[in-house]
Amino acid sequence: MTIRVSKLWFGYALAMAWFYVLLWPLLGIKADGLEFGASFAIWSKVAVASAILLGLYQLKKVGAFGFVERPAKVVGKAAGAVAARVPTWVALALVAAVAVAFPFFTERYAHDVAISVLVYIILGLGLNVVVGLAGLLDLGYIAFFGVGAYTYALLSVHFGLSFWLCLPIAGGFAAIAGCIIGYPTLRMRGDYLAIVTLGFGEIVRIVINNWMSLTNGPNGILGIKAPGIYWWNGKGFEHMLLNSLEQLYYIILALAVFTIVAVYRLNHSRIGRAFEAVREDQTAAELMGVDTLRIKLLAYALGAVFGGLAGTFFAARMKFVSPESFTFIESAMVLSMVVLGGMGSIPGVILGAVTLIALPEVFRGFELYRMFVFGGVMAGMMIFRPKGLWPAKRMGARSEERE
Amino acid sequence: MATLELSEISVRFGGLQALTDVSFCVREGDIVGLIGPNGAGKTTVFNVITGVYQTSAGQVRYDGTPLRALRPHKILALGVARTFQNIRLFQNMTALENVMVAQHCRTRVGVLGAVLRLPSQKREEERIRQRSLEALEFMDLGEFAGELASNMAYGLQRRLEIARALATEPKTILLDEPAAGLNPAESRDLMHTIGRISELGINILMVEHDMKVVMGICRHIVVLDHGVMIAEGKPEEIQRDPRVIEAYLGNELN
Ligand SMILES: Nc1ncnc2c1ncn2[C@@H]1O[C@H](COP(=O)(O)OP(=O)(O)O)[C@@H](O)[C@H]1O
Ligand SMILES: [Mg+2]
Repeated sequence: MTIRVSKLWFGYALAMAWFYVLLWPLLGIKADGLEFGASFAIWSKVAVASAILLGLYQLKKVGAFGFVERPAKVVGKAAGAVAARVPTWVALALVAAVAVAFPFFTERYAHDVAISVLVYIILGLGLNVVVGLAGLLDLGYIAFFGVGAYTYALLSVHFGLSFWLCLPIAGGFAAIAGCIIGYPTLRMRGDYLAIVTLGFGEIVRIVINNWMSLTNGPNGILGIKAPGIYWWNGKGFEHMLLNSLEQLYYIILALAVFTIVAVYRLNHSRIGRAFEAVREDQTAAELMGVDTLRIKLLAYALGAVFGGLAGTFFAARMKFVSPESFTFIESAMVLSMVVLGGMGSIPGVILGAVTLIALPEVFRGFELYRMFVFGGVMAGMMIFRPKGLWPAKRMGARSEERE
Repeated sequence: MATLELSEISVRFGGLQALTDVSFCVREGDIVGLIGPNGAGKTTVFNVITGVYQTSAGQVRYDGTPLRALRPHKILALGVARTFQNIRLFQNMTALENVMVAQHCRTRVGVLGAVLRLPSQKREEERIRQRSLEALEFMDLGEFAGELASNMAYGLQRRLEIARALATEPKTILLDEPAAGLNPAESRDLMHTIGRISELGINILMVEHDMKVVMGICRHIVVLDHGVMIAEGKPEEIQRDPRVIEAYLGNELN
């Protein structure tokens, strides 16, 4: 017992020493000399906080909190039993009701964050087709988002085409881009695939950046129209632009629902099973009759379509696009959502998007240290829940369930 | 009719001559055994037939169609399915899903059908499930349909591989050491099962080390040693063939 306790505190001391070695160079090395005060102040706060947490953890281990834990366990168990009884459709209806009612009890800022979350949910689910289902690493996914955004931007500004018409067009262009990027990588695996997709992602951004005559380069494209609808005003149909955040929220919500339904149905179809077979064992899949080259190309194209749809909305919402929005860090962000949430799991990816977009907003107060906390959370997650927040369920229920 | 015909197949891996002028046939209704010491090239024969390896010389024909230029999934679609010496199931999928994948080449519905849940897709999905359950039942795996492949016992995984191959609706099936690692009771079951597969009208080519199994069910045997066919004939002829005895005894002395 004492040995284990001392080992724990030794680990604590080691971790704190490591933390200081990491922190001090960041805060203490200045152009006009070295400084210890600022870094020490932060370090000591973190050290005290973690010492308290560690102490509490030990007390819990010893059983000092038995008086709260035991009743809590009983309540938890009862709640779990009730939750298990609730049919899936009730839970889904509840979520849908909250999503629809959301704009009524929140304000502009929350609408803004929610729209971002929904855009990233579509991106995450699209990338999930490629990474989670087909098992192909793609580090340049945001390129398809860019293709979608620029397709709508150009068609809207130069030809005045409507948002609704541009949605399928942008999806189609993104799918073509997906095939172009996918084709040369079909015979690659692992590391090579990662590097090539990373390269293609950058190529798309650089082309957008330098093709001045078409894309206006780094200055971007201004004056993109919001989605419009025809509205009955009593006398006749009147064209109206959906400019307000609430209206945009409902549009992206509808797109997200479409994406979720489409991805779910794909997942539970012959195509989805072929994707998974390719992920599990490509050679065996080919030998069992799956045209693996075609299926992989299809995975890229389908993933790209959702990226393109999200991009179209993004352009319509911002009314401005520039190459800056499509950097590698965005690809990394979307990939993090998929991995953090749980590869191949639809609720997991949704949860991942909410976590990575909404939580940093909550932590705005930390401002400077946001990315620091972000990195820490990611590292911790991968250690403690390597399969993601909500791992894909594979215990039979998937293929056994009937609708 | 559905004859699998190998004529003068040779395969090289760099400096290694893995197969030299191998020729034999698997005819309608046949159960052919392919035997030989380890490293003789038996699995290589399977890989050549199924399109994993290219031959450096010779032809494989199925129903008269040369298989040379075809990719593996096309060869499977023609009706030649196989199992693997080292089990290669889709580990993170359920038994039923594993078998359902095998129906891929017999079904058509694409992305649009799946996303829109068209009636044709629902019908097809129902048929896939029906056929797959039948294949599982045939291999006595019905109760494991929802089990994850990686959680199944070794003997069950071997059976699941055969179920998966059967679900591709083959006319010829290649079994690579199906009894490897099975206990005597399981081996006996397997012999019985192979007989039932043959009764379905499926031609069988099998690699097997267990001589009891091979001599018990094969009507025709091909013996390979160092990539060369050293004998071919009925089981009782093979058992008496001096070159076969030498190859096996010589191998044991090493
Ligand atoms: N892909 C390959 N590359 C190089 N050598 C191979 C390859 N596949 C098989 N071989 C070699 O070919 C020979 C025959 O192998 P194999 O067909 O697996 O034998 P068996 O199945 O009869 O035990 C062995 O010497 C093996 O090392
Ligand atoms: Mg072998």
